Amino acid sequence: MATGWLVLEDGTRFEGRLFGATGGARGEVVCNTGVTGYQEVLTDPVFCGQIVVLSYPVIGNLGASPENCESARPHLRGLVVRQLSEPRDNGGGSLERFLSGHGVVGLEEVDTRALVRHIRETGCLRGSITWSPEGAAEAAEESADWVDQVTTRRPYRIYGDGPRVVVLDCGLRNGMLKTLTDRYDCDLTVVPAQTAAADIMDFRPDGVLLSSGPGDAGRLGHLVGTVQDLLGRVPVFGIGLGHHLLGLALGAGTGRLKFGHRGLNHPVREVASGRVFITAQNHGYVLEENSLGKAGLEITFRSLSDGTVEGTRHRDLPVSGVDFHPQARPGPEDAVKAFEPFWNLIHR
Amino acid sequence: MVLGSGPIVIGQAAEFDYAGSQACRTLKEEGLRVVLLNSNPATIMTDSEFADRVYLEPLNAEVASAILREERPQGVLPTLGGQVGLNLAVQLAEAGILDELGVALLGTAVQTIRRAEDREEFRALLGELGEPCPLSTAVRSVAGALAFAGEAGFPLVVRPAYTLGGTGSGVARNLDELGAVVAQGLVQSPVGQCLVEQYLEGWREIEFEVVRDRRDNCVAVCGMENLDPMGIHTGDSVVVAPCQTLGDREYQVLRAAAFRIVRGLGVEGACNVQFALEPRGSRYQVIEVNPRVSRSSALASKATGYPIAAVATRVALGYSLDEIAGLAGTACSEPVIDYVVAKVPRWPFDKFARADRRLGTQMKATGEVMGIDRTVEGALLKAVRSLEMGGPGLFRPELTGWSESRLREVLARPDDRRLFLLAEACRRGLGEEDLAGLTGIHPYFIRRLGLLAGMAAEVAGGDLLADAGLMRRVKRAGFADRELACLAGKTEDEVEGARLALGIKPVYKMVDTCAGEHATGAPCYYSTYEEEDEAPRGEEPSVLVIGSGPIRIGQGIEFDYCSVHAAWALREAGVRSLVINNNPETVSTDYTTSDRLFFEPVTREEVLDLVQGQAPRGVMVQFGGQTAINLASTLDRAGVRVLGTQPRDIDRAEDRASFEELLAELGVARPPGKAVRSAGEALAAAGELGYPVVVRPSYVLGGRAMEVVHDPAELEALAGEVDWSHPVLVDRFIWGREVEADAIADGEQVLVLGIMEHIEGTGIHSGDSLSVYPPRSLDRATRRRLVDLTTRLALALKVKGLVNVQYVLAGGEVLVLEANPRASRTVPLLSKVTGLAAVRVATRIALGETLAGMGLPAGLWPEPVYVAVKAPVFSWAKLPGVDTGLGPEMKSTGEVLGLDYYFAGAMARALEAAGCRLPRPGGTVAFSVADRDKVAATALAGEFARGGFELAATAGTAAALQEAGLPVRAYRKLAEGSPNLVEGIRAGDLDLVVNTLTRGKEPWRDGYQIRRAAVERGIPCFTALETAAAVLTAIRERRSGRAFPVRALQDYLQGTA
Repeated sequence: MATGWLVLEDGTRFEGRLFGATGGARGEVVCNTGVTGYQEVLTDPVFCGQIVVLSYPVIGNLGASPENCESARPHLRGLVVRQLSEPRDNGGGSLERFLSGHGVVGLEEVDTRALVRHIRETGCLRGSITWSPEGAAEAAEESADWVDQVTTRRPYRIYGDGPRVVVLDCGLRNGMLKTLTDRYDCDLTVVPAQTAAADIMDFRPDGVLLSSGPGDAGRLGHLVGTVQDLLGRVPVFGIGLGHHLLGLALGAGTGRLKFGHRGLNHPVREVASGRVFITAQNHGYVLEENSLGKAGLEITFRSLSDGTVEGTRHRDLPVSGVDFHPQARPGPEDAVKAFEPFWNLIHR
Repeated sequence: MVLGSGPIVIGQAAEFDYAGSQACRTLKEEGLRVVLLNSNPATIMTDSEFADRVYLEPLNAEVASAILREERPQGVLPTLGGQVGLNLAVQLAEAGILDELGVALLGTAVQTIRRAEDREEFRALLGELGEPCPLSTAVRSVAGALAFAGEAGFPLVVRPAYTLGGTGSGVARNLDELGAVVAQGLVQSPVGQCLVEQYLEGWREIEFEVVRDRRDNCVAVCGMENLDPMGIHTGDSVVVAPCQTLGDREYQVLRAAAFRIVRGLGVEGACNVQFALEPRGSRYQVIEVNPRVSRSSALASKATGYPIAAVATRVALGYSLDEIAGLAGTACSEPVIDYVVAKVPRWPFDKFARADRRLGTQMKATGEVMGIDRTVEGALLKAVRSLEMGGPGLFRPELTGWSESRLREVLARPDDRRLFLLAEACRRGLGEEDLAGLTGIHPYFIRRLGLLAGMAAEVAGGDLLADAGLMRRVKRAGFADRELACLAGKTEDEVEGARLALGIKPVYKMVDTCAGEHATGAPCYYSTYEEEDEAPRGEEPSVLVIGSGPIRIGQGIEFDYCSVHAAWALREAGVRSLVINNNPETVSTDYTTSDRLFFEPVTREEVLDLVQGQAPRGVMVQFGGQTAINLASTLDRAGVRVLGTQPRDIDRAEDRASFEELLAELGVARPPGKAVRSAGEALAAAGELGYPVVVRPSYVLGGRAMEVVHDPAELEALAGEVDWSHPVLVDRFIWGREVEADAIADGEQVLVLGIMEHIEGTGIHSGDSLSVYPPRSLDRATRRRLVDLTTRLALALKVKGLVNVQYVLAGGEVLVLEANPRASRTVPLLSKVTGLAAVRVATRIALGETLAGMGLPAGLWPEPVYVAVKAPVFSWAKLPGVDTGLGPEMKSTGEVLGLDYYFAGAMARALEAAGCRLPRPGGTVAFSVADRDKVAATALAGEFARGGFELAATAGTAAALQEAGLPVRAYRKLAEGSPNLVEGIRAGDLDLVVNTLTRGKEPWRDGYQIRRAAVERGIPCFTALETAAAVLTAIRERRSGRAFPVRALQDYLQGTA
């Protein structure tokens, strides 16, 4: 296997061995600390355009199999690991084949802990995986609209006997749909992110779910507009990017986290009860606390690690959201009840 | 009040000192007054600075109640002292004393403990929660079990209720086996109950460590996967963390189930939940829970950096998890790790060659080690070399000669060698599926071993010394230089030289609970071959303390105690303390103990790398038992500065031939003996010296292979087991009294900490003897002579630190048996009883201070008016096949202390604390003794008879007793049919057995059968008359009606009791 490098925009280099698709990869370098669920992470559209570093060093024990996919394909650009462990009878072939089949460049045998610690200090950087140590640390292009790349191309429906929910697919994970169907028996219509509010309302939904997705909601003005048009007309629940869109639509602001919250062990406190839940998270942006008041939002969940906002609801409107993933997959389902306020609004 | 766990036995080891000391420290941090009950003097937690009131007393309800009345604590913390502490707490609650005194049971409630511990109640709870568990029933009779088998079929697993480490558990594949296992289990269970359950053969075994608070916050600290499938006790399994063969979905299903169970039970604190998971699917069954800290929680704490016991203590005080500080944030965050840990058990079969070494549902390991690295293979390799089993590592040259059919046979009936056998099978290219089928081990793990086997082949076939790429790859995979040398046919020095010339050196990474996501101050590191070194290389002076590795017979928790004290003393002296050790159970591997902890194998390579990386001022080898001492000269030769007693002087004492020369110079007598190098020389020497002789190999651990030999035939048999690469000493066996002295020397002056006298005569290992401090039968002249000899020896050996000298007193003469210039097993005990922290003094001497400079006197430390009796504790019941007869080979796993102002009281307390069931007058005492003991035995039997006991004896002994006019019930020899002594024991007709050793150890001999039968029935059986006499002393004391007041160590020390 050929030697390769991850070169960061600050000039730091990490040596490893290339695997997966040939060629190079550029993107924002982010770290995920989850120990389980590598394949779910790889297929989470939130990582679209990014180079993902997995801090857990042994990756690939279970190979790659369709049932562990959270979306149709991986959307990340590159994967950096310490050890790509060979898969065996997993029914779906090896992780390496899965990645190369989808054009993802991998770099293994990297001192990923050093890399995580570096990024912890510098904050998320852009970088590239290259086959040459002299490879320039060119800045990756910043797509204005990652969501456009990952959203469904046409609406589809998953039938259920419960309330009708339209899901605005900003980079949806299968787990979200599965929780809504399996747990709540919702009747789901998943629509592309570009769908206009009027078209959404035409489905006569009992509620609208704004899914998580990649990138900065602040750069998705058209989506913010869509959400604004929905407010007050239907209960809306946002997860991750969807939550940020909600906040922006109400006049709150978003900010960027230095390191991001990416992992399966993030404790959040439910403000009302004081209880703490361990949650799966995958977000690089948050709603800014000091902007919530004017937006009419109050905090429902707060990160126990850094105190940032993890959930809000509107004082008057039937609107709420969270930054973590209550549906898990990967991760714990401890906070699945975060769906409850939304559920209480939409059923009957 | 904190309830400790008592002596170390198989199934309950140092993990509870770790948990208990954390609990005590936490309580003190909360500003609380701490009362501690624990009978184990070798623990850190029983140090007087850990608890305000330390009761070194038997762990029973009577004693605990008396302490409760005396101390009136506000609460009792029951879940930190293992099964012993938990059972005691339940007893106290049931006796009503807690309610009577208004003492709260802190943390997990009694009802919860009962629901978790009582199999029927637990199953009922699982039923309510809808959690699956194997078909099972609780029985109180063999008939009940047989009836259940009709319904559930075979195989079945039998577990007695309320026992340690799965004591008495077993698998039954047919009605006969079922009858036998259940009968045994009913005896072993204190409540006479067994759970009979379907056996999930080949299922994966997964454990979760969960902490819950009263606000219902729950975190899973760690999920761990056993390499070995269901059917092998988790204490005997290789365990890895995190789980390797589970996807996120399976992992979350089990985690969520663990939470439901812990919530359903209402646990407030730590809880361990064990699952069985289908070999390939995701169906699971709940196996058991432990609503307390455990061996697994210690492992989980060390594996993640999350201090479960400290957190559980705060939860018990009412804090919620988010109010408790953690390394990275609060205790309400789940640790994530960016490395792999592997735990490998340490078994005692190197010492018990005749024991049944097969593994099953009954735990047999005495200790364990943990390896940390960035890959599964690396962690396994590190753990394997931490075991100190001799040999180069994972690939064992001695297995290359095994036939494939033998390999397969042993792999299919697993014993302690299975990991090595698997590696050998992989080396031979046996298929993954084949081996998985044979062993039930998940193919993933076999593939990892296969990967290592592939590399081993590359090394064997390549030119390692010149191939930089290969060298890098194999070092990164975790191979030690020593193993590479063996594979490549080079010396370790050559490999090391080539590696260093290539600039291939390890770096150190931190265990920080958060995979590097947050900056933490966690000072725990492991080595790996990567880029970035995180361990600060401070400017401040530092010293490395070499730890003692896994707990094994002969090297127990005492040496961890010493290592911990050394680290503390360094800190007090303003020197940064670095500790290297690999035992996940212990206090020394608690990252708060030292300034920097290195979780590493304690081998030459790792220590040298560490010295290279950390540049300490020197290393301390005298506190880590034989593990550390054995490294002394190697380190010295490598140019490492050894602090304290110098390696050449250590060698002079260890090598018996040179020691003999030294004694001759000093004009000190010792039993006549000869150093020999072959069986022939040994026979000649023994002939010359006269039988009996003691055969002692050099460099021994706990007297392994040391034996008293009575005739040439026995000597020939023994010669086959001896390692002839070092000289072996054949000594005349001198019958006499044995005493030992512990001293601290600074090169100029010698402070004798104390002299301990053994109750049993010579021939029984000091670790297995009852012993008493201060000595009770030495006259002033002898005492002076012992102090003088100890002083002169310590000076002659240029001891700078601790030294232990063993003596035999015979015919008015004092002879030296051996001198060990290092911390001994008795140092913690003497430190506690004298109030002088000997290890701290020794550490400061090693740093250059003097006794005089510390204001300490020379000569014998003033002996107290109170008496301390140390009693050994054995784990016979866990080790089928082991002969319980005592000899020069150490067999005990732990010890307890009895303190009183009178010898008899101290003896009674020690024996009770050791779990000896003292028979009551009216009971029957059976004698079966060797001819040479008949006179003394007759006298002793007379004493028992006068004490109101009935007598029984085997034919020959009975004749002697009858001749003395004693009424005695005679039993036949085994071969002569009924009624024989074994039948009498099994029928429950006897309450105490005295059986002195006849020669030979063949299991078919009567003595062996009698001793094992006594173990199985739980009847005390002693193989020295002195022990039996001591027991009689204790019985008399307990019948005397004299008050049995409880007194804290502090009271004794301050004279206020």
